[in-house]
Amino acid sequence: MATVTVSKKACAVNPLKMSQPIGGALAFMGLRGAMPLLHGSQGCTSFGLVLLTRHFKEAIPMQTTAMGEVATVLGGYENVEQAVLNIYNRAKPEIIGICSTGVTETKGDDVEGYIKLMREKHAAVANLPIVYVSTPDFKDAFQDGWEKTVARIVETMVDAPKSAARRDPTKVNVLPGCHLTPGDLDELRTIIEDFGLEPTFLPDLAGSLDGHIPEDFTPTTIGGVGVEEISMMGQAGWTIAIGAQMRRAAEAMQQKTGVPFMLFERLCGLEANDALMAFLAEISGRPAPMKYRRQRGQLVDAMLDGHFHIGGCKLAVGAEPDLLNEVGGLLTEMGAQLLVAVTTTQSSVLERLPTEEVLIGDLEDLENLARAKDCDLMITHSHGRQAASRLKIPFFRMGIPMFDRLGGAHQLMVGYRGARELIFDISNLLMADHEENHEPTPDTWLEGVSSSHPTAAH
Amino acid sequence: MSALSATIQDVFNEPGCGKNANKSEAERKKGCTKQLQPGGAAGGCAFDGAKIALQPLTDVAHLVHGPIACEGNSWDNRGAKSSGSTLWRTGFTTDINETDVVFGGEKRLFKSIREIIEKYDPQAVFVYQTCVPAMIGDDIDAVCKAAREKFGKPVIPINSPGFVGPKNLGNKLAGEALLQHVIGTEEPEYTTPYDLNIIGEYNLSGELWQVKPLLDELGIRIMACISGDGKYKEVASSHRAKAAMMVCSKAMINIARKMEERYGIPFFEGSFYGIEDSSDSLREIARMLIERGAPAELMDRTEALIAREETKAWSAIAKYKPRFKGKKVLLITGGVKSWSVVAALQEAGLELVGTSVKKSTKEDKERIKELMGQDAHMIEDMTPREIYKMLKDARADIMLSGGRSQFIALKASMPWLDINQERHHAYMGYVGMVKLVEEIDKALYNPVWAQVRKPAPWEKSGDNWQTRAMAQAEAEAAGLAADPVKAEQVRRAKKICNCKSVELGVIEDAIVANNLTTVEGVREATNASGGCGACAVRIEGVLAELASASHAIAAE
Repeated sequence: MATVTVSKKACAVNPLKMSQPIGGALAFMGLRGAMPLLHGSQGCTSFGLVLLTRHFKEAIPMQTTAMGEVATVLGGYENVEQAVLNIYNRAKPEIIGICSTGVTETKGDDVEGYIKLMREKHAAVANLPIVYVSTPDFKDAFQDGWEKTVARIVETMVDAPKSAARRDPTKVNVLPGCHLTPGDLDELRTIIEDFGLEPTFLPDLAGSLDGHIPEDFTPTTIGGVGVEEISMMGQAGWTIAIGAQMRRAAEAMQQKTGVPFMLFERLCGLEANDALMAFLAEISGRPAPMKYRRQRGQLVDAMLDGHFHIGGCKLAVGAEPDLLNEVGGLLTEMGAQLLVAVTTTQSSVLERLPTEEVLIGDLEDLENLARAKDCDLMITHSHGRQAASRLKIPFFRMGIPMFDRLGGAHQLMVGYRGARELIFDISNLLMADHEENHEPTPDTWLEGVSSSHPTAAH
Repeated sequence: MSALSATIQDVFNEPGCGKNANKSEAERKKGCTKQLQPGGAAGGCAFDGAKIALQPLTDVAHLVHGPIACEGNSWDNRGAKSSGSTLWRTGFTTDINETDVVFGGEKRLFKSIREIIEKYDPQAVFVYQTCVPAMIGDDIDAVCKAAREKFGKPVIPINSPGFVGPKNLGNKLAGEALLQHVIGTEEPEYTTPYDLNIIGEYNLSGELWQVKPLLDELGIRIMACISGDGKYKEVASSHRAKAAMMVCSKAMINIARKMEERYGIPFFEGSFYGIEDSSDSLREIARMLIERGAPAELMDRTEALIAREETKAWSAIAKYKPRFKGKKVLLITGGVKSWSVVAALQEAGLELVGTSVKKSTKEDKERIKELMGQDAHMIEDMTPREIYKMLKDARADIMLSGGRSQFIALKASMPWLDINQERHHAYMGYVGMVKLVEEIDKALYNPVWAQVRKPAPWEKSGDNWQTRAMAQAEAEAAGLAADPVKAEQVRRAKKICNCKSVELGVIEDAIVANNLTTVEGVREATNASGGCGACAVRIEGVLAELASASHAIAAE
């Protein structure tokens, strides 16, 4: 049981957190032919665009209502209207997803009202799917923006089935949290399909931001789940939700369509994947394929090989709640101690984390706590690089943004295979650090028993 | 806010700005307040611009007063380099919450300044205003003043909330803040006749250090660089410099001009991109310093250094010339780099097939024309598909652009090189030019292109999406050639103004019907150029074409 505390500082230093609207915009990017639109000044979009471009190393579709000073004060109806019409004319999107920002929430723009009025005035967009989510920057974090947006998409775009009898038991809805990469989604798709089931991912970043070469250039997303596929999700036999953040969307789905859901708070690690396999075997009526029986053995072996390096490791992790839960969970199951856990926002998983205290704070907190507790591995997104280099401890990048390394979109964590890969990567990092920085010297034990850890010599 | 509006008006009325000088009186008053286009805008806000301009000051704590988006989504993402302090790369933000929005964020801001000073002891704190606190009326000037008095440290308000305009305006508002609160507030320890300010240089990828050794060798002291690898005290005492070089023409012209006005420091606009530009700039620096009292022998030493460096650079580049023979470059960039990079590439023997002038001023474009001759093919606001088609038509062998358009080239399996701020290589001065040529060579001749262009085993040869797209384009072209009526329709349907969606035919008709001769006239009649204004050049082209056509008819 962990206690959750909130940083008391007035000034955030080296932010861990990113804003809600771009979490929402990223969720819309998992839809085919989508154009996310931030209702705010153009910088709101520009910063998010640059951030996601640098992470995914892909062109990112995102537009702005370009609120100026006057519109900000008087209200942004005209800006929303013009933006939607411009996007409609130029980009021919299948759906426009609008997220509010701090600017427009401070004024209190009634965007739902704007959309209604706009549909009445302009026949062209009368039936264009437009989803609006309220995501003020001055509340919550990236993960919350994703959570609210997916729930909103479910509420507004999924059709309630006419009769429960028409439900197709081979169809499975998958609602992944924003902590899963396109690589994770591909892995999950394969696993689910291997049980003879047909998954629909909402959102499906594996279709849009996996780096594939598009057939044509379009200013909208180049893949992802289609509007029509979303509308038919109510006919699935089950919904699988991944990460506590997806409970809201899964409940919305159940409420609207009656599709029952199974929430997996984790899908990284042995037990988590055993649970997934058991569940898939049950709903499909098929035994787990041989491939996964072998992969389970490989993971067990990786855990045995890796525990020599990960065991006893003093861990400092800065991540959004669900990612923190996944990676903190996996490594503590292999003997690491989660001594420092810093996160961005409230979540039900935090108090169940295998640590004493979780701090909602920033990377300055992570750095200071890691120093105070003499941690020997830091895991956070790329912005942790300065802190890790000052602490001179190995640094493993996880989460968004990962702008200074390749492959962020394909970092694998889910499935037996994902956990195995992660264990190898982290063990190798620790082994390299040991070779470079902690080889014993004639003086290592000079101080006798009082000398704590080999780290002290450096 | 009234003080901010006055500053913005003042910034708009920039006599040193080429673009501004080309405007009518009424237009000038409107300044650069051209309305951004909802749903069609790209690029950063004024806050972004202010932060970009000042963040390279290394020993300053840059505190962003606003919700998490403004700093949390963007910190530590610039390629500037520091020779000392790393404080500038530390992200500070008040990360205001709902309570602050309701009750005001001034207290949190003041406490934040205190925390920063206690923990990090910076030379100064720069406080950046953003949209939300500006809307709720947080008076950052007053908070900064109180903090300055309380803590005895410079605490500088940077009033540039995002909604006042684009990035470019923010650059200038940052300049105003330096002029108002920093420059001239301290005295240098000593002065020399060789003291130079460099304005508008950000030391991206450490490129300033490609030039600094040359200045060091000549005994020229960079008194202050605004702002690359700059230090607070240097900027505060920069009013004692003898001359200034302005590097990025649009960003900080107000600083250069007002320092000339206030402190009599003459400036020139120069560039260290390209060999000839570097030599010209060094000469101009020497000339100005001599004019301000440096010994005349400085010019002899400068000429000797130029001769030596040019020889070295030319011989290094010479070996690439045969490899670049017949190779074509598509250059897509804006502002100062358009013309300076054009010169550099031509020196290496590359042929340019186009250069986008989206962000360039009219003067920049004139320079490009001059450099590239009358055949200069100006590409403005090309769509990704057009850029792709151009690359695919093999009219270009490599594309040079900013990071955002890289994926178009890479997805088309074409060589690409980053020449904007996110780039990893430094291209300034003589060594930088050689480096650029090396990088182009590396990109052009990398065997990976042959690999990635190979068809997948399941593709029938010639039946991939690329060839299908090209075939489609060719079929369309052939269809048009056979059908002059349709060809004319297509010609007239070309979008001239993207913001207001105005087609060529509409503009031509309006010009003929109303005898229009100016862009303003066309705007009144058709609404074209009523958005971002980037298409004004194209409208001028249409006007010129119709005028010459009607002359031809009159002559008959």
